[in-house]
Amino acid sequence: MSDAPVLRMESVRKAFGDAVVLRDVDLEVAPHTVTALIGASGSGKSTLLRCANLLEEIDDGAIWLDGEEITDPRTDQDAVRRRIGVVFQAYNLFPHMTVLDNITLAPRRVHGVSRAEAEERARELLERLGLGDRAGAYPDRLSGGQQQRVAIVRALAVRPRLLLLDEITAALDPELVGEVLTVVRDLKGEGMTMVLATHEMGFARDVADQICFLDGGVVLERGTAEQVFGDPQQERTRRFLRRIVEAGRL
Amino acid sequence: MTVAKDESGQEDADDKGDMSAGAPQGAPDDGYTPSARRLERERYRRARARRATAIAALSTLVTAAVLYLVVVGAPGWPRTKETFFNGQYAREALPKVLEGLWLNVRLLVVCGAAVLVLGMLIAIARTLRGPVFFPLRALAAAYTDFFRGLPLIINLMIVVLGVPALRLQGVTVDPVLLGGTALTLTYSAYVAEVFRAGIESVHPSQRAAARSLGLTNRQALRHVVLPQAVRRQVPPLLNDLVSLQKDTGLVSIGGAIDAVRAADIIVGRSLNYTPYIVAGLVFVALTIPMTRFTDWVTARMDRQRAQGGSI
Repeated sequence: MSDAPVLRMESVRKAFGDAVVLRDVDLEVAPHTVTALIGASGSGKSTLLRCANLLEEIDDGAIWLDGEEITDPRTDQDAVRRRIGVVFQAYNLFPHMTVLDNITLAPRRVHGVSRAEAEERARELLERLGLGDRAGAYPDRLSGGQQQRVAIVRALAVRPRLLLLDEITAALDPELVGEVLTVVRDLKGEGMTMVLATHEMGFARDVADQICFLDGGVVLERGTAEQVFGDPQQERTRRFLRRIVEAGRL
Repeated sequence: MTVAKDESGQEDADDKGDMSAGAPQGAPDDGYTPSARRLERERYRRARARRATAIAALSTLVTAAVLYLVVVGAPGWPRTKETFFNGQYAREALPKVLEGLWLNVRLLVVCGAAVLVLGMLIAIARTLRGPVFFPLRALAAAYTDFFRGLPLIINLMIVVLGVPALRLQGVTVDPVLLGGTALTLTYSAYVAEVFRAGIESVHPSQRAAARSLGLTNRQALRHVVLPQAVRRQVPPLLNDLVSLQKDTGLVSIGGAIDAVRAADIIVGRSLNYTPYIVAGLVFVALTIPMTRFTDWVTARMDRQRAQGGSI
């Protein structure tokens, strides 16, 4: 395996009207590594993920996926999104489809996998995530943790090159948080490349190879968990971490 | 004229880019200047938008030319032109048709308002829970079943011709009032179903959230469920209103003179069908602004709420 980054961002800028949400953001994500984006709400974590998936059009800078510039207006955006899996904070499962249909939709319609094959993979993934008996259920019948695990399976079903996780535990109670984070940890073990925005500092410290602290749309500090949590260089980072510790979240 | 929507959107985005490129606006602490990369992208997008506009113009031109040649080249065109598109009859018919149209407009406004109120009440009656309300629910269901199924023209005949035949004291025999009543009866049934579908499409979690805040069932309906339901149902409601507008012409079976009947009178006299075309176009002209207005209102409401994003 080469060490060329899976995802690379250079001087990315994104503004909504007058509000600049990301400015001059650089990021490199090596294969089989986990990058955690931390920072207060509104610091630009989610926007950064949405830009990486081309759900938002960036104003300036560039983003590469496996060495191919995906922010070039000539790129096929659908083809890019086919290679990236996304799990949203609010699950965003399709309520009118069963769990199995939610998962097999993209493999069958987008990737041309046969129904039998898609369902087999879906069931296998569901089984692994402890949801083997819920394949025929509708999302609204599941608990939050179950829904989020289904959403993860849905993202994994297409064997993505990169997985983006946007505060996937923010809507879950602590017991269910553990359930979902275990899944992410297992995925890391299997070598999945992931970028996640999270408020779970303990989890970020355990699982992330690289931590980026965002503040006001700028990556203020980056490094390994020991560097960022153990020896933060910026006053802003120290203040943020102090508040987290005071809140008992680290 | 009909350039694809996303293309024109990109043009807008480009315009904004131009502005900030010319003079960096706002955010003094920022010191941001667009990179060469951004300028190149914008140039490309502008070029693409120009190309899209050119293609749209060309395709429109070709389509129009083909249509023109097909119609004008048809063997019966001179005859058709004389019978359906006669300028002299058009000029003669227009004032009468417009005079008749005033009746259609008044009927539309009055019946439209009545239909919306009655339809809403029936829809609410159908969604009420609790055993006490069973008769109300059953009545509302029976009403919609009956009037949605009954052909409008038969309903009109029963009301407009049947009610006067009863010779009841104090009940009007005015065909316009009776016709309006018949229209309201039928259309309330349609609109009630539209509202009901809207109410049921609001996710149960919304009602749960409202009830958890201590709102009563009625308050939850009034402040949380109905506003969302009505917003979603604006396009189908408009559909029914446009349909109602055209059906107001049917009151002429009782002898009232509306736009269609006014055209009918001239046609009967002259055996030239141009007045029908005039009446038809007048109806279309009345509908278009209404549709555009509701489109604009809903689009504006959506923009205020929706999460951003380029797809």
